[in-house]
Amino acid sequence: MGQPEQKTTGIFEYKNSSILERKPESISKIMLRKYMKNKLAVFSAIILLLIISAAIFAPIIAPYDPSEQHLLEALSPPGEKYLLGTDDLGRDTLTRLLYGAQVSLIVGFTSVAGSIFIGTVVGAIAGYFGGLIDAILMRFVDVIISFPSLFLLITLVTIFEPSLMTLISVFALFGWTGTARLVRGEFLSLRSREFVLAAKTMGIRSWRIIFSHILPNAMGPIVVSATLGIGGVILAETALSYLGLGIQPPKPSWGNMLQSAQSLKIMIEAWWFTLFPGLMILITVLSFNFVGDGLRDAFDPKINE
Amino acid sequence: MQQTVTKMEKCEAKSQVNILEVRNLKKYFPIKSGILQKTTGHIKAVDGINLEVKRGETLGIVGESGCGKSTMGRTLIRLYEPTEGEIIFNGNDITHLSESQLRKLMRKQMQMIFQDPFASLNPRKTLGKILHEPLKTHQLYADNYERSERVAELLETVGLNRSFTNRYPHEFSGGQRQRIGIARALALQPELIIADEAVSALDVSIQAQIINLMEDLQEEFNLTYIFISHDLSVVRHIASRVGVMYLGNLVELANKEDIYIEPLHPYTKALLSAVPMIRKKDLSKRERIVLRGDLPSPSNPPSGCVFHTRCPAKMDICREVIPTFKDCGSSHFVACHLYE
Repeated sequence: MGQPEQKTTGIFEYKNSSILERKPESISKIMLRKYMKNKLAVFSAIILLLIISAAIFAPIIAPYDPSEQHLLEALSPPGEKYLLGTDDLGRDTLTRLLYGAQVSLIVGFTSVAGSIFIGTVVGAIAGYFGGLIDAILMRFVDVIISFPSLFLLITLVTIFEPSLMTLISVFALFGWTGTARLVRGEFLSLRSREFVLAAKTMGIRSWRIIFSHILPNAMGPIVVSATLGIGGVILAETALSYLGLGIQPPKPSWGNMLQSAQSLKIMIEAWWFTLFPGLMILITVLSFNFVGDGLRDAFDPKINE
Repeated sequence: MQQTVTKMEKCEAKSQVNILEVRNLKKYFPIKSGILQKTTGHIKAVDGINLEVKRGETLGIVGESGCGKSTMGRTLIRLYEPTEGEIIFNGNDITHLSESQLRKLMRKQMQMIFQDPFASLNPRKTLGKILHEPLKTHQLYADNYERSERVAELLETVGLNRSFTNRYPHEFSGGQRQRIGIARALALQPELIIADEAVSALDVSIQAQIINLMEDLQEEFNLTYIFISHDLSVVRHIASRVGVMYLGNLVELANKEDIYIEPLHPYTKALLSAVPMIRKKDLSKRERIVLRGDLPSPSNPPSGCVFHTRCPAKMDICREVIPTFKDCGSSHFVACHLYE
């Protein structure tokens, strides 16, 4: 996973090569086999796929419009008409959960993609070149890490209007430091491996060594940290939205659906209203973590079948 | 004027014979400590080596672990930046060239075979890609099709099946992987190959196969080898000249027969006496010299002759004066006060 299967390009195929009967098992196939061994990770991956496709097809599946209000039927319990009940404005919870999944997943995936990209480039450069470049980049990372991130997020979101874009950029711009350290560490150990030295003695250019020789070998930890990162970002988005600083209503997100849980009365009398968004967050974040665990084992060469 | 011309001619003639000349080569690694990463000392891994490698020969470099053999090899091929000295390859001073200049002048002509057949091949690339990339980097051959032909040919040259191109390194055994490493070193048609412990990680029977392959290739492609090893018997088999290293210094350099039959330096004598012998006859012929003490730290090498702390033939002068590395007749170089 993450590592695209290296298909043989036409250039290495030969005519009349009957010896080539046995298809070699590629690294990605071996990893897939190892991943399949972890039943919990496989199950979590299926759950995640379901959630992702539900989010994508929300406009088709959802029974109502997410901001359509049925004020007379506000806070109706789960039943035939509203499968998971309605909220205080009479909006269908199921519909809002589906659309909320879109928001949570978009925020999760894009901001992690952004932070992984920044972190990988910074970490790769620092780890590969070392010395002064490394020292400067890593001190910069230290500075960013020492910001109190949640308060910083709150401040930034207040300065720039809270919107999807602001949230994503803030998460991406402040979430890459962990990846940078991780990638730097990987590069430090990989850059003195003999296959990297061999590439150097052949005169292959530095950027090619970094991205084509070393990076694929560091993919494991990066993919694992990305997977775990998505769960973290979803939680952070939830926290911000719960405080009213994330996605703004009427646009639904799992976080701002929980806002109403601030009232104890609603929590007791209309449990469905807060239970389902909470459950969705729990299930999604847990699944991402289990998938991350599964991937880590799959990438670990020490664990053999 | 006349003089300079003759001098230049001399130099040129010399570079016809010598593919590589090394003068006073030093490689120090800084020891950093404290939060400010201040340099507090140096590991003197290679400390003043003088060496000439003749075209077409196999120069063996022997010495115990940590004596700087591998560092020397890696400095020669410019994986490490030399601290001091000169490396002259094919008449060009390559000591301080930039990476792009190196790519033009020497990367193609000098290659390396590495020790660990499991670490030296990128686990995420197929053999085809591993062998294809150097050809592409140096723009050899007209198109991808011709390059693929060359890749297949290379695999055959080292005794592997030409259809192995889309297999991954993990599918091969140690010996096969070392053949792949050799194929990669050959890809750019080099003149000089530095083999750094190329067979040390292999079984003895596989070692023999690889050594034979290397000898065949040398004949076929007119290669020059620098064969770095701690294994005296292997070096005796493959090398034509042998250099002995101790603590970053070359202590003795001579033709194979001279080194193995009539070693001069006390350290060489001690090393040779440690080679296991099978026949009783050979055993009785020689005396086992056991060196006392440990290898001194390369960050703080002994004064004078670096070997004086362990030398059985130590004299007073050894502690103070560094012996010169000089010819004792018939190109037998030794750095020892016994032969001053």
